Amino acid sequence: MDIMIMLVPGALLLGALGLAAFFWNLRSGQYEDLKGAALRILIDDEDEAP
Amino acid sequence: MADGLLTAGCPSGLAAPVEAAASSADFSAFVRHGDGVDALELMVTGAKCAACIRKIEGGLLALPGVIESRLNLSTQRLRVSWRPGALQATQVAATLTQLGYAASAFDPEAAQQQIDQEGRRLLRYLAVAGFAAMNIMMFSAPIWFGNDMGPGTRAVLHWISALIAVPAALYAGQPFFRSAYGALKARRANMDVPISLAVLLTLSMSIAETLQQGAHAYFDGITMLLFFLLVGRYLDHRLRERARTAAKDLLALQSVAASRLEADGTITPIAARGIAIGDRLLLAAGDRALVDGVVEAGVSDLDRAMLTGETTPVPARVGDAIQAGVVNLTQKLVMRATARAEDSAIAELARLIEAGEQGRGRFVRLADRAASLYVPLVHTMAALTFLSWTFGPFLLRQIGFHVADVGLHTALQNAVAVLIITCPCALGLAVPAVQVVATGRLFKHGVLVKSGDALERLAQVDSVVFDKTGTLTLGEPRLISEVAPALLLAAASLARISRHPLSRAIVDAAGPGAIESSAVEIAGEGIEATIAGQRVRLGKRAFAAPEAPENSDGAPELWFAQGGEPATRFVFEDAMRADAARTVATLRERGYGIELISGDSSAAVEAAAQQAGIEIWRAQVSPAEKIAHIAALRARGLHPLMVGDGLNDAAALAAAHASASPGTAVEASQAAADIVLQGAGLGALIEAIDVAKASRARSLENLSFSALYNFIAAPMAAFGFLTPLIAALAMSASSLIVTLNALRLQLSKGRAWIS
Repeated sequence: MDIMIMLVPGALLLGALGLAAFFWNLRSGQYEDLKGAALRILIDDEDEAP
Repeated sequence: MADGLLTAGCPSGLAAPVEAAASSADFSAFVRHGDGVDALELMVTGAKCAACIRKIEGGLLALPGVIESRLNLSTQRLRVSWRPGALQATQVAATLTQLGYAASAFDPEAAQQQIDQEGRRLLRYLAVAGFAAMNIMMFSAPIWFGNDMGPGTRAVLHWISALIAVPAALYAGQPFFRSAYGALKARRANMDVPISLAVLLTLSMSIAETLQQGAHAYFDGITMLLFFLLVGRYLDHRLRERARTAAKDLLALQSVAASRLEADGTITPIAARGIAIGDRLLLAAGDRALVDGVVEAGVSDLDRAMLTGETTPVPARVGDAIQAGVVNLTQKLVMRATARAEDSAIAELARLIEAGEQGRGRFVRLADRAASLYVPLVHTMAALTFLSWTFGPFLLRQIGFHVADVGLHTALQNAVAVLIITCPCALGLAVPAVQVVATGRLFKHGVLVKSGDALERLAQVDSVVFDKTGTLTLGEPRLISEVAPALLLAAASLARISRHPLSRAIVDAAGPGAIESSAVEIAGEGIEATIAGQRVRLGKRAFAAPEAPENSDGAPELWFAQGGEPATRFVFEDAMRADAARTVATLRERGYGIELISGDSSAAVEAAAQQAGIEIWRAQVSPAEKIAHIAALRARGLHPLMVGDGLNDAAALAAAHASASPGTAVEASQAAADIVLQGAGLGALIEAIDVAKASRARSLENLSFSALYNFIAAPMAAFGFLTPLIAALAMSASSLIVTLNALRLQLSKGRAWIS
C-alpha cells in the first residue's frame, strides 16, 4: 500500500492541473465565440497578415 | 486576393448579400476614442461562415491604419480599432457595404456588453464541483467495494476526501447559500434553502463521522449533488442570458445616429440621447425620426405604419408634427426637435411596455411552484425523522415493547440522510433541461424563444389575437394589376428614384433595370420625367391623370401617364403572408379563439379578415385600446397570445399572456415579444405552441418522477437504510433519467408546419 503515497498526490495533481487549465481557458476568453472558433480553423493563414 | 472577395456577401451563399444602397450610415457618433486608438463596435448581419470571417476581417485590415478587426460570429459583433486620424468611420461602413454585409452601429453603453460575469462564475463553480466529485469518487470506490479494508485505511481515505470536499463545497455552494440567505431574509423559502441546509448539515455530519472513524461520510454525495445542481443552474442561466442579450442588442441597435444641422450649415452626427430640444435635425429620405418634432423646411411623405398600422403614407408639410418612429419617405426634411429622445412618443410606448411586463411578473414558474410545495414537506419529514428516532423508543416502551434508546447521534444521522436524499437534485434539473432542449429545437426552426417561462406561458395559451399590417400581411404593398411589360418597365425607370412603398412595389414587379436620369420626385404628388421630349408622370390620380375617372374601390393606386397617351392605373394590395390562412385554419381546428385587431381602416381590416378566415375583427384601434382589449380578454379568464409587429403593438405584446412577433417587426416589438419568428411564414407559430406544450408535458413528467423518487427514497432514509453508496447511486440515476427524458423532445416529430 506504500504506492498510495505516490499515487494519491499524483492523481490529485493531475486533476488540479486540468482544473487550472480550464480556469485559464475561461479567463482568456476562449468560450466567447464558440461558433467562430469552430470555423476559424478552416481559414488558411498563408496570405493573411494579422 | 481570394475568390471570395469577388462575390458580394457570404461566399458560401448562406445569406443573401445586402443591397449597396441600403446602408451608408455615418457611425462617427459611435466611435470611442481611447489611448492612441479609435474603436468602433458594429453589429454585422449576413456573416455565416469561415470565408465571411476572413473576408470581413481581411477587408478591414487592408484599410490604412487599422490595428485590429475581430468578428465574433456567435454574437455577430465586430470590433474595429485604428490609429486616430488614419480612417473615418464612414470608410468602415462603406467597406462592409461593398463586401455585401449590413452593419449597424452599436452603442456598447446601451448594450452594457460586459462579458457575462455571472455565467463565468457559475462555470468556475461547476468546474470545481466536478473536479471534487470525480476525485472523491476515486477514494469512495475502494471504501464501498474494498471488503478487507481496515478502519484505519478508511479513515485516511475519508480524511483526504474531506480535505477536497470541504473547501470545494463551501466554494461551489455559494450561489445556493447566497440565494437561500436572501430568501430567508425576505421571510420566504425557495429551493435553495433545503439545498444549503442539506449541504451544510451533511458536511458537518460527515466530518463528525470521520473524526469517530465511522462509515457514514457523504463527501462524494455532497460534491456530486452540487455538480448536478450547478449544471441545472448553468443551463437556466444560459437561457436567460441569451434572452437578455437579444433584448439588449435590440435596444442598442435603436441608437442610430441623427444628423444635426449646425448654425453654420455644417452637419454633425449625433446619438439619439444627445439631441436637445430646439436642435435642427436633417431627416434624409429613408431615415427614421428619433425624437418628436416639427417640420421646419421641406415637403415629404411619412410612413407611419410602425406607429399606427396605417399602410398609406401621410404627407408632411412645414409646421406638421413628426412623431419619433415615423420614416421619412420621399424628400429631405429639416425638423426641429420638440422633445428629447426619452420624452418622445417612442419612450411613451416603452413605458406602456414596461407596465405590461410588470403585470406579467405575477406569473409563477413551474419549478418555483413545485418548490413551494416541496420545501415545507421535506423539512417536516426530516424533523419527524429526528423526533421519532429520539422519542420513539421511549414511547414504544410505554406501550410494552422492549426497545433500547438509539442515541442522539443515530437520530441526527437519519434526519440528515432524509435531507440529503430528498435534496432536489433531479428537481433542479427537471425544468431547465427540458427548456434548453425545447428552445434549442425551436431555434433551429427559426423561432427565437426569449426565456424559459415564455415557453411555460405559451403552453397555456387558449386564444390568439393577430395584428394585420406586417403580421398577417407582409406589410408592404404588391402590384396586383396586369400591366403590359413595356409600360411596367417605363414606370419602373421613374419609380427607382423613390423610396415610397408603392414605387418600391413597381420596382419589385419590374425587376432590375435602368434609372431615368431626368426623373424628379415631387413630395406628396409623384415623380415627373422628360423622356424623348415628352412629359412622363407617375403618381396620384390628380397629379398624373387628372382627367381619368375616380375609382371607388379605395385600393392603393398609382397612375402612369406618358405624353398624350391615356393613363394607366396600377393597383396594389398589402399581400397576405403565404401561410396566413392555413395557420389560422389550423389554430381554429385545434380550438383556439382567433381575433384580428388593427389600427388600419375598416375596409382594409375587413378584407384581410375575410382572406385569413377570421370572423372577429376590430379596426382603427389605438395602442391603448389594444392593451384594453387584451386586458378584457384576460379578465374573462382567457390566456391570449398576441401576435404583432408594429410599435403600436409593442405594449399589447407585453400585456398579453404570451406574445410573438415576426422577424420583420420593429425592434421594440421584438424586444417585448416572448418569441420571434425569423422565417417568412406564420406556420412556425404552431410549431412553437406544439413544442411549448410538449415541453410542459416533459417538465411535469420530470417533476412527477422526482416526486416518485423521493416517495421511495425518503422513507428508506428515514428508517436508517441509507448508505453513502445508495445515496450516490440514487442521486446520479435520478439526474440522468430527467435529463434523458428532456432529450426525448429532440426526437419527437412535428416539423410539418415549417414551410
